[in-house]
Amino acid sequence: MLFAIAWRNLWRNKLRSSVIFVSIAVGIIGAVFSGGFMAGMADQRENATIANEVSNIQIHNPKFLLNEEAKYMIPAAQQKVKEIKQIPQVKGVSLRLKVTGMAASANAGAGITIRGVNIGQEMKVSDIKDHVIKGSYLAQNDKFPIVLGQKLSHKLDLGLGDKLIITLSDSTGTITSGAFNIVGIYKTSNTQFDESNVFVKKSDLAKLIGYPVTVGNEIAIRLHSNLETPMVVDKLNKMLAGEVQSKKIIIQSWDQIQPLLKSMVEMMDYFSYLFLIIIMAALAFAIINTMLMAVMERTREIGMLMALGMNKRKIFNMILLETIFLSIIGAVVGVGLSILIVHYYATYGFDLSSSAAGLNAFGYSTRIFFRVSNEFYVISLILVVIIAIISGISPALKALKLQPATAIRENN
Amino acid sequence: MSIIQAKNIYKVYNETNVPVNALNGVDLEIEKGEFTAIVGPSGSGKTTLLNIIGGLDLPTEGDIYIEGTNLKSLSSRKLIDFRLHNIGFVFQAYNLIPVLTAMENTEFILELQGVPKKDREKRAMEILETVDIADKKDHKPGQLSGGQQQRVAVARALASQPKYIIADEPTANLDSKSTEELLTLMKKMNQKFQTTFIFATHDQRVMDKALRIVTIDDGKIVSDTQFER
Ligand SMILES: Nc1ncnc2c1ncn2[C@@H]1O[C@H](COP(=O)(O)OP(=O)(O)OP(=O)(O)O)[C@@H](O)[C@H]1O
Ligand SMILES: [Mg+2]
Repeated sequence: MLFAIAWRNLWRNKLRSSVIFVSIAVGIIGAVFSGGFMAGMADQRENATIANEVSNIQIHNPKFLLNEEAKYMIPAAQQKVKEIKQIPQVKGVSLRLKVTGMAASANAGAGITIRGVNIGQEMKVSDIKDHVIKGSYLAQNDKFPIVLGQKLSHKLDLGLGDKLIITLSDSTGTITSGAFNIVGIYKTSNTQFDESNVFVKKSDLAKLIGYPVTVGNEIAIRLHSNLETPMVVDKLNKMLAGEVQSKKIIIQSWDQIQPLLKSMVEMMDYFSYLFLIIIMAALAFAIINTMLMAVMERTREIGMLMALGMNKRKIFNMILLETIFLSIIGAVVGVGLSILIVHYYATYGFDLSSSAAGLNAFGYSTRIFFRVSNEFYVISLILVVIIAIISGISPALKALKLQPATAIRENN
Repeated sequence: MSIIQAKNIYKVYNETNVPVNALNGVDLEIEKGEFTAIVGPSGSGKTTLLNIIGGLDLPTEGDIYIEGTNLKSLSSRKLIDFRLHNIGFVFQAYNLIPVLTAMENTEFILELQGVPKKDREKRAMEILETVDIADKKDHKPGQLSGGQQQRVAVARALASQPKYIIADEPTANLDSKSTEELLTLMKKMNQKFQTTFIFATHDQRVMDKALRIVTIDDGKIVSDTQFER
């Protein structure tokens, strides 16, 4: 009957209770919305980085990572590519020749990373081909083709059909330079990347700096699903155990290559919880206030219950239950609506085009697809119950302080 | 042995600047099955005395024994439990839990006592029939008249078969017809179940039904008369 009393008491002052229901529902929707948005942003950054920049897994000669010199090749690279392609979770494998150099035009110069790629392989690994906004991606028949980012093209003031002179050191350490024909200009959501990364044919680059075309210092592996990354990394480490142990190669997942990105994704999740806790803590005061008013209004009634022989534990529980009901209704409504809202924005995306220019500079796209874990909903509900219990304590204690004789006598 | 023995009770309220001596040496014994009215002018100490008899308040001096148990010796937790199992209450107003139906209100004390659902429903139903309000069992107090509410309050007090029932001006808010009905009902219950009733009243019609009238003035008993009716 304690449940019945607590539940029905909730509806005695419908307006006052509704204010709390709505506040809590709005608070939860706000927290879920912002959390889903932030997680969506982080996801998008993660996906874009994997698709355009790092792929899921990369293999290098460990020395190459310390000192990005082209000469630190991967032993028997082509053989490895063949073997890795056999792994079912793998979508594509690309053996690259990656070197750093300087790009120069008549107007300006810029430090860049040049990736010499096998076009067929690279198309299966990197999504840059889908981000070409002018011209087209590298093609086998082009002569010394190069694809560069829009930002770099602006910086150097070069366009399609222009020549880009790249200066770099060859296999003997001698500075050399080559002229490439701009066939395509791409634009990703990360302008920093666009500013410093160019793609050429591996055969052209190898010839220019004096290596056989079969070599490579970077194997980039793209998977069908990023969820399988840890599993495939394990598999590769077993498959190539000998060379990994003798430090001839090192296998890294995207989050090892870009640890900052990984921690940003995780931080977004923490922020969502932090936000939720702050909102709930603020609402706690509204809950306390409402329940204190309810207890004060019912002084006589509570005195009567005490007189009849309802013990303090039951009175305490009755008030606490009412507080929990008061809070959980709004929470359930809030979570319900949040699920719908998140579902919508997870499906259709949240359009940010109005402020897209600024966001692009940080590597974000203009459409954010929300993500909220089921855990977050469950934790929201649990948190509301915890907040309700904490908020209920003070009104419940106030009720316990009442003396039946005085409470009943009140405004007799 | 009398069920209630009040021995030399003094009650001083110190809540205000000037201490109020509400009871000044009251001795009172009540036997099982009594139907006793406490009467006296306003402020004479009726409510104070009933609160002490009902275990809602403790005397400043003197002792109150219920079947030999000194209420002053009980911890506050034990005192609550003692009330639950031994004393029934009917107040002047706001007796019932507004969100519960007449039936649920009647069951309420039985539930607190831990009586199983089946038993308490059966007993509550019987009592509601006895007090002739069974047809309103699903009504909430707000949907009942003042007289009906008081009948439910009496039913609730009776349902748990307490040693005695304390009623502080139970008819104060009722019209004369309802007053008459409630008193008749209480008296009937007194005769049927041998339930002891102690009630405070101003109302001459109520006094006329009492079998014993204890008159109190200025915190002292000034007369104590038994009637044969
Ligand atoms: N909590 C309290 N604090 C201070 N004084 C009190 C308190 N309760 C009662 N009194 C005083 O004690 C005296 C007795 O009060 P009590 O309520 O027992 O009288 P009563 O006979 O029931 O009066 P009434 O017929 O008006 O109900 C009165 O003077 C009253 O003002
Ligand atoms: Mg009184």
